[in-house]
Amino acid sequence: MPAPNPAETFLVEAEDLLTQIEESALELEVNQPGGECVHRLFRAFHTIKGSGAMFGFEAVAEFTHGVETTLDRYRTENLPVTAELVETVLSAKDEIKRLLEGKPAAKEWAIGIRLHPDVLKNGTNPRLLLDELAELGECQVRAHWDAVPALAAIDVHSCYVHWDARLRTEKAVEAIRDVFIFVEDGSEIRIGEAKAKEVAESARQVVTAKPAAAESTVRVPASKLDRLVNLVGELVMNQSRLSQATAGMGAPELAAPVEEIERLVGELRETVLGIRMMPIGVTFHRFKRLVHDLSAELGKEIDLVTEGAETELDKTVLDQLGDPLVHLIRNSVDHGIESGEQRRAAGKAGRGTIRLAARHMGSNVVVTIEDDGRGLNPEAIRGKAIERGLIGAEAALSEREIFQLIFLPGFSMAKEVTSVSGRGVGMDVVKRQVEALRGSVNIASTLGKGTVISLTLPLTLAIIDGLLVEIGGDQFIAPMAVVTENVELHRGDRAKNNGRNVVAVRGELIPYLYLRELFSIEGEEPEIEKIVIVRHEEQRVGLVVDRVLGSHQTVIQSLGTFYRNIDMVSGATIMGDGRVALILNMAGLVQLASQRLRTEH
Amino acid sequence: MTTAITETAQYMTFKLGDELFAINVAQVREVLEVSQITRIPTAPEYMRGVVNVRGKAIPVVDLRLKFGLPKGQATVHTRIVVIELEMDGEVTVVGGVADSVHEVIELEPSHINPPPTIASRWRTDLIRGMGRRGEDFIIILDINAIFSSDALALVKQSSFSAEEVAVS
Repeated sequence: MPAPNPAETFLVEAEDLLTQIEESALELEVNQPGGECVHRLFRAFHTIKGSGAMFGFEAVAEFTHGVETTLDRYRTENLPVTAELVETVLSAKDEIKRLLEGKPAAKEWAIGIRLHPDVLKNGTNPRLLLDELAELGECQVRAHWDAVPALAAIDVHSCYVHWDARLRTEKAVEAIRDVFIFVEDGSEIRIGEAKAKEVAESARQVVTAKPAAAESTVRVPASKLDRLVNLVGELVMNQSRLSQATAGMGAPELAAPVEEIERLVGELRETVLGIRMMPIGVTFHRFKRLVHDLSAELGKEIDLVTEGAETELDKTVLDQLGDPLVHLIRNSVDHGIESGEQRRAAGKAGRGTIRLAARHMGSNVVVTIEDDGRGLNPEAIRGKAIERGLIGAEAALSEREIFQLIFLPGFSMAKEVTSVSGRGVGMDVVKRQVEALRGSVNIASTLGKGTVISLTLPLTLAIIDGLLVEIGGDQFIAPMAVVTENVELHRGDRAKNNGRNVVAVRGELIPYLYLRELFSIEGEEPEIEKIVIVRHEEQRVGLVVDRVLGSHQTVIQSLGTFYRNIDMVSGATIMGDGRVALILNMAGLVQLASQRLRTEH
Repeated sequence: MTTAITETAQYMTFKLGDELFAINVAQVREVLEVSQITRIPTAPEYMRGVVNVRGKAIPVVDLRLKFGLPKGQATVHTRIVVIELEMDGEVTVVGGVADSVHEVIELEPSHINPPPTIASRWRTDLIRGMGRRGEDFIIILDINAIFSSDALALVKQSSFSAEEVAVS
């Protein structure tokens, strides 16, 4: 394995430090002494400066030095924090990031300066020239006075000294020439690139900063983890084949080791999937900055409160969660929270609050974005949907169904386009992105009080607990997380309901989908069928199947581009006997059920 | 656009009805006997479903239906040709159901005619050329182009009437 490039290591480290800086800066409270927070900021900047200089990021080091000086005053004198300080630190962070990304190559120049003996007579001060040179970058000057004659022979108006300078700068060679532009005549100025070895020598002199103490961790490329997860997936698959084969053989000497392997594979699976789990807080802190910037831009006062930052989610889910969350938070800042005056007129506190929270619920994580803004107006949404031709003028919709309308493509509530949101990229995109993650979106709102949007997401996309069901020899899997219960359906009962597909479960009428018919599966259904009741977005729907076979550890495979337009099925899995079972897509099925229900009424 | 064939290459031939087709062997991963194909509900008829190929669920397409030929009956000769495709810059694997798979042959460019432009039964933008082998003609397919197009036919629906319209 090749040794990692030290400059790259620095960049990764700097990224972490910049994240820390932003976090700490947003923690600072205006008019309070900074305390530990300022210390933390100072240390982070100091580390960036030190390591930056060591790896040749001179501009970063120099820039950071200035910030460090400012912070040092706040630190040593424990001054109260001002709003300007917070802004300065944040913009400094952005500037460093910019410098790191577009790092111009700093070069080291060797410059020989032999001025015309008469320059002093013309009023030139060589010292000022050298100072000007030093301003271009990091500069070391050595004077040579071997040409200085004996004291008696000295002409005080002549310049006998010549200099060698070593300059490290990102500026072009022209900038160096410009320094000597007025003394060029008769002077000898040699400018050449210094040799690499000498550069290394001078770089070594820079004092290195001690890296910040960190938890003992190993950085591994995500691709290696993905490979590991795939391998474990295959292992789980083959293990279930093995179990099935041994069960058929009835060989007791095999049963024990196979059982042991099953246990080990299970543990391995948990551990490997656990490695990919990351706290959602990493994503959360990004939003603090977002809300800070957006509210400043819109002249609103908004606090972002986060809860459950330690809640862990699979990295792949987390990576794809950023976009929808940004969208939802932008919406809350822009449309949800009113301006200070409007809020006070409505008898609310002038400062708005957005609460971003994550928590575990079974094998799901629920992320909620809650604002105390103006809330959604069901009548306005209804009117808009009719105007856009999304629903008929007489459509009888519940409040829940009305709120769901904003997820339809082409529905944008914003009256005017602002720079923050309302450019037509609507909630439908959010819904699609969340559903691509096998999640669901729910919306609740009280007019004048605020809106709560909850995203329910699976912990992982790789392996799920599933309920294996069978219809006419075909096997399907329903994600266990959505299954609430199973009930029986007798052939006679179906006829009794006059063809209306609803079943009463403990007093509640639940619509059901007859999967055999829906999937055009041939053959006769059994006398007693099973209805698997699932819950999706607070809606309960029954799925009629022939038999329920039991729970199954399901390694999810995508169906690929060929089947991307299929709504009823979201993936496939290979069973122990080599057959392919399909994973039912709850979003698609539930949508179909509610459509059918609407047309029946 | 389909480019002309300039190099000698190996092709795998298969039959649909009486027509002999060829695919460059570089795109053929393997040939399987037809095992259990899991149908995907609500998918169009030509998409036969998915099969398990060494632990991966691979989509299977009925080549007869995809090419616009009449539906066929499964026989002992029916095979699934596992093909590697490039779609939207990504390599995708798909199985194609063929009536029978014949042999791997080598064809020199001199034995390949460019796709006929007039009076052809086939859509020339989906064909790389017509190979000659003794008395037989072999249709060399541009398999990437065929699967990139949503169209369900390699056969021109009305090869003559289209030209008549153009003339008049």
